[in-house]
Amino acid sequence: MKMLNVLKADRGGQIFLLLLLLIAVAVPLLNQYTTADNPLHISTYTVALLGKYLAFALLAVAVDLVWGYLGILSLGHGAFFALGGYAMGMYLMRQIGERGVYGDPLLPDFMVFLNWDSLPWFWHGFDMFWFAMLMVMVVPGVLAFVFGWLAFRSRVTGVYLSIITQALTYALMLAFFRNEMGFGGNNGLTDFKDILGFSLQDDSTRIALFVASALALAFGYLACRLIVTSRLGRVAVAIRDAEDRTRFTGYKVEHVKLAIFTFSAVLAGIAGALYVPQVGIINPGEFSPLNSIEIVIWVAVGGRATLYGAAAGALMVNYGKTYFTAALPEVWLFALGALFVLVTIFLPKGVIGLFRAKDKQT
Amino acid sequence: MKALDQLRDTMRRDRVFDFMLQTSGLEVDVSHGTILYLEDISVSFDGFKAINNLNLYIDAGELRCIIGPNGAGKTTMMDIITGKTRPDTGSAYFGQNIDLLHLTEPDIAQAGIGRKFQKPTVFESHTLFENLELAMAGDKRVWPTLFARLHSQQLERIDEVLEIIGLQEHRSQLAGSLSHGQKQWLEIGMLLMQDPKLLLVDEPVAGMTHQEMDRTAELLTSLAGQHSVVVVEHDMDFVRSIARKVTVLHQGSVLAEGSMNEVQNDPRVVEVYLGEQGEA
Repeated sequence: MKMLNVLKADRGGQIFLLLLLLIAVAVPLLNQYTTADNPLHISTYTVALLGKYLAFALLAVAVDLVWGYLGILSLGHGAFFALGGYAMGMYLMRQIGERGVYGDPLLPDFMVFLNWDSLPWFWHGFDMFWFAMLMVMVVPGVLAFVFGWLAFRSRVTGVYLSIITQALTYALMLAFFRNEMGFGGNNGLTDFKDILGFSLQDDSTRIALFVASALALAFGYLACRLIVTSRLGRVAVAIRDAEDRTRFTGYKVEHVKLAIFTFSAVLAGIAGALYVPQVGIINPGEFSPLNSIEIVIWVAVGGRATLYGAAAGALMVNYGKTYFTAALPEVWLFALGALFVLVTIFLPKGVIGLFRAKDKQT
Repeated sequence: MKALDQLRDTMRRDRVFDFMLQTSGLEVDVSHGTILYLEDISVSFDGFKAINNLNLYIDAGELRCIIGPNGAGKTTMMDIITGKTRPDTGSAYFGQNIDLLHLTEPDIAQAGIGRKFQKPTVFESHTLFENLELAMAGDKRVWPTLFARLHSQQLERIDEVLEIIGLQEHRSQLAGSLSHGQKQWLEIGMLLMQDPKLLLVDEPVAGMTHQEMDRTAELLTSLAGQHSVVVVEHDMDFVRSIARKVTVLHQGSVLAEGSMNEVQNDPRVVEVYLGEQGEA
């Protein structure tokens, strides 16, 4: 109950969590208890699609925490998302076992194909779910910690920091493209069969993953909200607005940045881990700088420094993406670019800013 | 031989290894009555000597004004005291025991040196109350800050400071909406919340009206005594109205020191600074 205290005076957040709860209950019901000819019916395909959107929404919340409240424009959050995804993918690969094309009980298909005779050291332990889940958080967290430690201590800020984060995700993409890295190279990890013994093709597993994504988004939102309403959150905004002043006030700016940046990377990793079983594949394309920039666009469209705005932005833009890439595939990137430009010029506070302005008038 | 001497010095039995000495979290020791020692400080930027063999001592509880023409090194001196710039040579001590040259900016702030910038800098998207809350002395590490709660004494202290700086009615207003002069006061209020032993105030009356200036003078003089205050200022009328002791900086070192009258009558000072102003 204490957690819900952070929602006081956060009407947007209350509405957001209520809606989230509503769809987390309604979507599974509409999928299971209506038939395909019912207009309200939600197909299993759509359930997985919505689950994917929710994972993206969690990622957007993580980016909004560092961009909106701490002023760090990270153009590399896709890297943490992908690393979490790879950790989950490795677990799912190990679950395939003898059912792979080559039928090797231990080695995933791509390793057999490359004529490897033993499992690389970093693949050990990923047959255990708890270990894989730990790595989903630890790997992005450690990378963010080391990266942040070096960058923040050298007082790299602003555009320069954005460029380095971009370089980080680009370097990882090139590394993961290499077959010798041991992560499936170009093709990435795919052909997953089951998770915790439940087949990924089953409706019930899909629904469980969808509900798990909704829960992760809700808890992620509450955790971020806890941070931004605490004094630490106010220090973060102070750093965003006047970094030197904060330093001379006695706060170790580097430590605050490092803590929040690392937490945000962990959230991004969790989002990646939820994304992978729902789309069935993870490949180095997820590291591409374009993906990371897209996340920033979601946040900008929804509304910076609101958290729920970021989540809403992720849902809206991705719905648009699904629609456009099916109906007018060649237009999508132009539409995305135009959207970013228009939002920046006409809606600096994002779509959420529209509603907020109305709130104040009445 | 030199190496042997160094080794002997390192191994002296009456001494503790340097790295064992506590560097942060010390209470400042002013038992000799001096709160700030700057000795033989020099710093140059790309060959330009911004500070040249500067020696300056500030007494505990003193209100000192520092004047000097542009480029005399006033702001650089503040940067050195607060850890923003490291000098090439010299030593800087806060009290007898705290070596400022080995501390970071936040450590120096926590040790008890507060600084007001030349351009008023407050947290514009926070309310005045929150500005003062953030500045408040206390444990400022990440974890304690995350779970920090305000006690009733702290609330009272914030309201007290709001009253001292005369901004009570703006308590829940965003700091960004204040006027220039009000921001200056808010920044001084934030310094007070830090509860520093030494306040460095850079051009507190720049851009203020005469009324505002008088109030600022009152505010700063009332602070001296419990705190040591160092004011850097261009406005001579203002300096005259608050100064007990004035230090004139010129080309990075101290040119003259004394009461306002002594300084004004010093021919060297007249030549480099006051003379120019007098003619203008």
